[in-house]
Amino acid sequence: MLQITGTWIAAGLTLAIFSFLYKDNPFYKMAEHLYVGVSAAFAILYIWAFDVWPMLIEKFITEQGSEKWILIVPAAFGLMMLSRWIPKIAWISRWSIALTVGIAAGLGITGQIQGVLLPQIRGTLVPLTSFNNILMVIGVIATLIYFYFSAVPKGAFKVGARVGVIFIMVAFGASFGYTVMARISLLIGRLNFLVTDWLHLVK
Amino acid sequence: MKFFEKISNIDRRIIYLMLGLVVIIPIVFKMVLPVRISEPVQSAYDYIQNLPQGSNVIISIDYDASSEPEIQPMYLSLLRQCFAQKHKIILMGQWALGLPFGEIGLNTITSEVNSRSGSNADSLFYGRDFVNLGYRPGYRAMMVGLGREFRDFFATDYRGVPVDSLPLMANVHNYNDIALLIGLEAGQAGDEWIQFAGARYGLKIVIGATGVIAPDMFHYLQAKQIQGLVGGLQGAAEYETLVKSPGTGIAGMVAQSWAHLLLLGFILLGNLGYFATKRRRDK
Repeated sequence: MLQITGTWIAAGLTLAIFSFLYKDNPFYKMAEHLYVGVSAAFAILYIWAFDVWPMLIEKFITEQGSEKWILIVPAAFGLMMLSRWIPKIAWISRWSIALTVGIAAGLGITGQIQGVLLPQIRGTLVPLTSFNNILMVIGVIATLIYFYFSAVPKGAFKVGARVGVIFIMVAFGASFGYTVMARISLLIGRLNFLVTDWLHLVK
Repeated sequence: MKFFEKISNIDRRIIYLMLGLVVIIPIVFKMVLPVRISEPVQSAYDYIQNLPQGSNVIISIDYDASSEPEIQPMYLSLLRQCFAQKHKIILMGQWALGLPFGEIGLNTITSEVNSRSGSNADSLFYGRDFVNLGYRPGYRAMMVGLGREFRDFFATDYRGVPVDSLPLMANVHNYNDIALLIGLEAGQAGDEWIQFAGARYGLKIVIGATGVIAPDMFHYLQAKQIQGLVGGLQGAAEYETLVKSPGTGIAGMVAQSWAHLLLLGFILLGNLGYFATKRRRDK
């Protein structure tokens, strides 16, 4: 019974969202707000159950020794973030934000160099023994030429930049094609649910 | 000329209706197309297939309801293959809202396997053959931290059970104890796994991604930073074909092809109408 009720609620909400394709209406608005509300509540519960409680509160209560006192530092930074609700002391939250941005920037820089730049340069240094390898190397060089803005494009430099644009456009086209495929897949998923689980038209 | 004006201004609701029809008809009539296996998907399959039996495999659930139709079919196929190869599954996720899909997938496939198994050795048990560690925030910091010790982040599992009480986790401390990470990605987490777990700790990675994310993963594949790539519903259909377990991936391929043809038709009609009316206006 519970499963049937769940299927009917899901089907009703799917149709309410689809109704926007005709025009904006109260059913769509209701489903949209419900989704935002449920998602927010779900996320709060998850953060509490998998983060705040086990990694901060429970850890502080159960852990022995002086190491547990270090937990006061993240707890304090977390509480500082809440100061945004009080305009007079909202500036305190900037310290927490600064810490987060600093960590993210530090990790991001090392990640980009170690995880993207160097491996990708290594991946481009391939023997020019196959058509794919030649095409890839030309593509990389031409695209780099296109993004070199310190000289006026003339002669061979201009040709290189034009070839770079072609490679970039092909990449955008492939990316857009994949995006269309992804969106159609989502439609297939929902319609499959409606005709299979809800209407039982497909066994 | 009225015809050309009409086709360059087709009501969007007619387009939606036709799109709905070309998607629903193949699903209802269970039409199926042969699926050709692409190299990136075959590489992913072969890599998992060639791991020693009983290898520890992390599956990271980095998607939620909005990408479920694309990624869940590949997730189920990957689980089927991993369990068939007796690999041990360690589930976790970077998307808090996606973890229930991870749990649903585990329940579905373990029930399927257990209903067929004749002995305890063939059955799948929580804690021995698979665990669900759940979600922890921290993202990049967590990915780096797991290279040191899992317990710093996952002292307990999804159900609040201490990980030290789970036999599977007894010898799992960091990435050295993991043979492969399968990242199921609907966002940036795939890049982060590759940059922080792959590049820094040498963890082998297979990516299953939505169609939107997949194009951004090809350069990692080309540079051999990942071992395989399963992209979008097409990739899911290919994987279902490889594990010989047809599901919603294969079922959706005819609808996908018809929808693409319809969109191509509309693009051609729209351009035809545009250029025909433009020439008339220019005159």
